[in-house]
Amino acid sequence: MKITFPHMGNMYLPIKAMFDDLGVEVVVPPKNSKKTLEIGTKYSPELICLPMKINLGNYVESIEKGADTIVVTGSCGPCRFGYFAEVEKEILKDLGYDVEFVVLEAPDGDIKEFYNRISKIANTKNMIKIAKALKGGISVLKKIDKLEEQVLKLRPYEKNKGDIDKVYKKLISNLENITGAQKMLQLISQAQRDIEKIPLDYNRDVLKVGLVGEIYTIIEDFANIDIGKKLNELGVVVHKSHSTFRWLLEHLFYNSIGGTREKDIRKAAKPYVKTMVGGHGRETIGNTIIYAKEGYDGVIQVMPFTCMPEIVAMSLLPQVQNEHDIPVMTLIIDEMTGEAGYVTRLEAYVDLLRNRREKYKNEKMLSWR
Amino acid sequence: MFKIKFCLKSSEIANNYIGDEGIENRKDQMRMKIGIPRGLFYYYYYPLWTKFFETLGAEVIVSGKTNKQIIDSGVQHTVDDACLPVKIYHGHVMDLKDKVDLIFVPKIMSIYKGEYICPKFCGLPEMIKSSLKDLPPIIDTTIDFHKSKKKLLKTVYEIGKYVTHDKNKIHFAFEQSLKQHKAYMDYMKKGILPTDIDGSKRLQCIHSCKNKKKILLLGHPYNIYDAYLSMNIIEKLRKNHLHVMTQDTFDTRIINEKAATMDKKMFWSFGRKVLGAALYAMEQKDIQGIIYLSSFGCGIDSVIADIIERRTRRNADKPFILLTLDEHTGEAGIDTRIEAFVDMIQWREKNENYISTHGKYVSTN
Repeated sequence: MKITFPHMGNMYLPIKAMFDDLGVEVVVPPKNSKKTLEIGTKYSPELICLPMKINLGNYVESIEKGADTIVVTGSCGPCRFGYFAEVEKEILKDLGYDVEFVVLEAPDGDIKEFYNRISKIANTKNMIKIAKALKGGISVLKKIDKLEEQVLKLRPYEKNKGDIDKVYKKLISNLENITGAQKMLQLISQAQRDIEKIPLDYNRDVLKVGLVGEIYTIIEDFANIDIGKKLNELGVVVHKSHSTFRWLLEHLFYNSIGGTREKDIRKAAKPYVKTMVGGHGRETIGNTIIYAKEGYDGVIQVMPFTCMPEIVAMSLLPQVQNEHDIPVMTLIIDEMTGEAGYVTRLEAYVDLLRNRREKYKNEKMLSWR
Repeated sequence: MFKIKFCLKSSEIANNYIGDEGIENRKDQMRMKIGIPRGLFYYYYYPLWTKFFETLGAEVIVSGKTNKQIIDSGVQHTVDDACLPVKIYHGHVMDLKDKVDLIFVPKIMSIYKGEYICPKFCGLPEMIKSSLKDLPPIIDTTIDFHKSKKKLLKTVYEIGKYVTHDKNKIHFAFEQSLKQHKAYMDYMKKGILPTDIDGSKRLQCIHSCKNKKKILLLGHPYNIYDAYLSMNIIEKLRKNHLHVMTQDTFDTRIINEKAATMDKKMFWSFGRKVLGAALYAMEQKDIQGIIYLSSFGCGIDSVIADIIERRTRRNADKPFILLTLDEHTGEAGIDTRIEAFVDMIQWREKNENYISTHGKYVSTN
């Protein structure tokens, strides 16, 4: 059995760590590239969203490298994500690939089935061993997410451009080459210390932008054409409203561990969206309002073309934008998205935010209140 | 085991017709005007909704049939990425805006246990309120039977409250409207489609069809039953001597059975219906082909239509065609494709023993 899984940000590292600790063979899909997307686009339904196209590309590339079992998480929401695996099964069958799907989703009261699925991919029935490996994977994920958050926060301040990236890139390539959660944790801690040593210039006038929207396109930097780094280079501190770690908690253990932030988001969104609308539509609204309250300069909504929940959020955002006085820009991404046009829009948006800030500063100086 | 009656006798129609006995207390006072937009779920539930409000003593005003003006005003007021049916729905609300006291835009999240409707339905009242200005108050009661139908009566009271506070009256009106709904569903099961039934207040069959060759037309009710949006596809097929069936003409039991054969439960109610009907039709010899009418950007169709297409190609020797509509679709293009499709069906019948050099039937698309 050779297991593979779809890419989503840095999640492949903790997953690899987990399966390494369990002694299960894993085929990490080749990094997302134009080729991945081309394969996915070729075989997927035309109007399905970008995440599935990239996932399918990942699978085909992994299968060609020898994988025979695909592990994914699922859901039963109104969002299409819950039915990805079924469509992908049909497509791979038509392509003549003989692979097995193991869908990990909170089971409909059927705990035994869930246990069976887990023990099947973990290649052991020893729950303690599985729990240990899972714990290791999750702590790697938590640490790596924290590091990524820090990178997006610190990059605009660095004195020598490229210092943080050097450490970050080195870390990722080191992580790809070692096995086991323990070693990975050590490396990440080391990288964290290295980043703290990098000289920073806090006198710079930087802007703050929050990213909201569809979770895959926010986390996966290939899908969003590395929006975080691009904004950093324009002198903007970036915060992503989703992280893989939080998503995993939400999905595998329901919302019980979600904590207060989830509640705050829902509360903030309530005047605009009473109930859930599937996917992260409600969270998009809630996060935008929270960012506005936290004094962010702007919010960017990133979503794949035809994403249903985000379209609902998108049509509500103009109202949120007016009532909470925060500029919101929506970026829709599909396989046709060109990088140049995208960068132009980001530059124009950042210019707008900067002008806005200058204006407020001047107003404050001139006012006699 | 499964037969379709092509036409109803006039006596049967008379039996199914339910009169206006509920409206007794028509007083001199101005009756409340409730607007129902002719879009989205209208085609499934209008007998239920209109009967309900009318029995309560309100006057129901349904927006005009979809036309260019409605589409244009809808397109103008929605985000570009919304799907055509949602845009049209906005147009219908605009059409009602100045004519009524209340507009009925329920927040329909789930109508069956464990199933959902499209996410855009879940956010519909919010979308309407945020994109359209100066609207009369909206009845935006949440209809959510995802966990159970226990709250059904509570939901009904909540909607009825806008007209009257008398719970008994609401209950009575609901029972009356259920009867009307049942009669409507029975019509559909007999092969009489919503486009053949007259008016929003009376159920009366105005048209029926006696063709023998059957064809399955799949798609959301707001696509296939809206004559303007679908460019009258049902009539076009009938003119070509085809008997049009839709997912709504099949027995619910059969649909459920077939849909349950999927590895994972289909969690969209529409999806389950369409998928079940398609899987059943694939096994039926007398159904000649499958047409899927979709609208551009429909997330559910992107999944369902693909699964149906692949299964049809793999398991059934039936032609399948996917027609996608949006606000720019030209009628000529659709006509051509329908003609080609019909030609193929007729040609197949003539040359039953024909085997193409391809080794298989060459299908459309």
